[in-house]
Amino acid sequence: MVETGVSSDLLRWIPALPLLGALVHGVGLGLLRREMPRGLVVAISCGAPIAAFAVTCLALAQILGSAGESRVLVDEVFTWIGAGRVSAEMGFSFDPLAAIMCLIVTGVGSLIHIYSIGYMDDDHRDDGGFQRFFAYLNLFLCAMLLLVLGDNLLVLFLGWEGVGLCSYLLIGFWYGDRWNAYCGMKAFVVNRIGDFGFLVGIFLLLGSLGDAATLNFVELKAALPKIVEQTISVPAWLPGPESWRLTTLIGLCFFLGACGKSAQIPLYTWLPDAMAGPTPVSALIHAATMVTAGVYMVCRMSFLYVEAPGASAVIAWTGAATALFAATMAIAQTDIKKVLAYSTISQLGYMFLAAGCGAYGAAIFHVGTHAFFKALLFLGSGAVIMAMHHEQNIDKMGGLRMRLPVTHGVFLVAVLAIAGFPPFSGFFSKDEILLSAYAADQIPGHQWLWAIGLVTAAITAFYMWRLHFRTFFGDCRADPESQRHIHEVGWVVLGPLVVLAAFSFGAGFLGLPQIYGDWLGVPDSNALANFLHGVLPHPEHEIAHATELGLAGLAIGAATLGTLVAAWMYLWSPAVPARIRAALGGVARLVENKYYVDELYDALIVHPLVAVSDKLLFRVVDAGLIDGLGANGSARAVRGLAAHVFKYGQSGLTQGYLITMVVGTLAIVVWMLR
Amino acid sequence: MEIPLEHVIGLSALLFAIGTVGALTRRNLIVILMSIELMLNAANLAFVGFARAWNSVDGHIFVLMVIVVAAAEVAVGLGIVIALFRNRESVNVEDVSLLRW
Repeated sequence: MVETGVSSDLLRWIPALPLLGALVHGVGLGLLRREMPRGLVVAISCGAPIAAFAVTCLALAQILGSAGESRVLVDEVFTWIGAGRVSAEMGFSFDPLAAIMCLIVTGVGSLIHIYSIGYMDDDHRDDGGFQRFFAYLNLFLCAMLLLVLGDNLLVLFLGWEGVGLCSYLLIGFWYGDRWNAYCGMKAFVVNRIGDFGFLVGIFLLLGSLGDAATLNFVELKAALPKIVEQTISVPAWLPGPESWRLTTLIGLCFFLGACGKSAQIPLYTWLPDAMAGPTPVSALIHAATMVTAGVYMVCRMSFLYVEAPGASAVIAWTGAATALFAATMAIAQTDIKKVLAYSTISQLGYMFLAAGCGAYGAAIFHVGTHAFFKALLFLGSGAVIMAMHHEQNIDKMGGLRMRLPVTHGVFLVAVLAIAGFPPFSGFFSKDEILLSAYAADQIPGHQWLWAIGLVTAAITAFYMWRLHFRTFFGDCRADPESQRHIHEVGWVVLGPLVVLAAFSFGAGFLGLPQIYGDWLGVPDSNALANFLHGVLPHPEHEIAHATELGLAGLAIGAATLGTLVAAWMYLWSPAVPARIRAALGGVARLVENKYYVDELYDALIVHPLVAVSDKLLFRVVDAGLIDGLGANGSARAVRGLAAHVFKYGQSGLTQGYLITMVVGTLAIVVWMLR
Repeated sequence: MEIPLEHVIGLSALLFAIGTVGALTRRNLIVILMSIELMLNAANLAFVGFARAWNSVDGHIFVLMVIVVAAAEVAVGLGIVIALFRNRESVNVEDVSLLRW
């Protein structure tokens, strides 16, 4: 074992506490079949993430107080799997990257747990739904913390699968509706495709390292130079060079996993459907934490991607394409949560754009700011949905800013943050990503990446303001009866919103670029970048200050443009959208139907697969061969033989049996004496 | 006077053959049971003979075992015969061949 940091028994408690919460609920519901009183449920399941957050803060204080190599805490709990040369420890490591992810997961997670108390309060089904919900949430938190704290690929993969499972359970939480159950299944299956790539990546890495095979990140980093020079030949029908670097192939396999978990093209289709789950779930899992697991994994494996320029370029281009593509789809959605879902996909695309350009710090920065403002957006939309009595269509909202002043205020902060207006947090993180794309001259066409990012920023501003104006401005379009019941929700729901709003506003200052720091007279203002310095590789591009400011100005200009167009269309001339829609005709229908990608996948992959599974694998192979011929067939053969042949041996005569026995015994004796 | 092993084995084989023939040819259930008893005791005799010839107590232990089992077997067997006689007023095996195809 390589000694890689300061040993600390603290770390195991960070994932263990939520696990304990989930276990208590699981034993209570599953084995004792008793539902606890709601107060106790809340105390246990909200206490667990808050305690985990406190432990995380303790660990953070410990590494902030030290420097260099000792900035890492490690905790080897036990040897999980020992198989020959390779062994996987149940081990955790707490370096600055894991620290940031842990803070986000436990911090935002705790807030969402508290919010869920209010949101789930009206769930009065008698199947223990309230407690079950919190059990799943705690289990999710445990899995996510395993994912970010694991010091080797296998623990990461354990968490990776765990969050997938919890995502499935929570999307289909209201399983009484078949559609919700279907959405959960879709998310799970699409994720499995990505997981396949992840697994192949792990196997390739293990196989190619030979004697140095290991799963531990630190050891992998040390062993990587052995395989950097290796190449593999690719089939002739594939475009591009005849041989690929092995690292590129491994990197692409891992990225396929990231595509599934983080909803990138081509595996993004599950995320919009994941909105079938309760809104706190959408906020916690499908916006703030789980979907960033792919970005985290790419950053964690950054030592590999530095040696895999081809894979990095693919990541950057996939991210940029997803960002633009998803943003255009968000324009025409009318479900408040669907808009946010596509916006999440788009923002995840930004993160991968940054990671592909080598700016891993910028990617993690955006993970952090996005966690705050997107959780805020989702929880805010949840507050709107509660106030509107589970109405999610923005065509039936409007004018809510008077009735829901607090919700409106925090939502506005989030919209300003995601649209990228300074000094809200989204501006700084998005600007850093655009800057890194502009400067990433190792990637072919990097100016185009930057341009796509800029256009996406304008579209983002447009659809977010559209959502905001349609929801909170204008006249209320709900029917008069339900209008009378619209009222602000309780403070257990609004409290977390206010806290998140504060962070959505201020989190950007943690990663304040030096040029603004110079203005304000703050030395080393980019605290986040400095914190991550030793862990993540960072780009070494020198950009003139004038260029940097110019780019920032362009980004602000794009955001303003999007805002003005949205204001024009949805505030000042409400007749315009319908006219534009009519003028565009087919294109508008294409966008409204999300480019028919789901239908395409259904026709190309799902339906043929279902047909083959049903007609061939189920009816012919399973029912026909295995059941019919194998299991039932052999049983029927035995029954037939017995009924028509062997039964005549049963004469009923005692002495007939005796003779048979004597003859048989004699035969055995003769055979033995032979 | 020492009895040679051959004599013991010969007697045992003879008794066993008589028992086997009795069990196969007689129709009276009680006689069949007695024949089986004869076969068991033929085996016992062989055990004792070998045990003595090789100065080993293994044979004696087996014999004790066989006697116990034989006693149990006779108890069950006679019980069945009595139950049968109460139902059928017969102890002829050819009268009880109902359990067949």
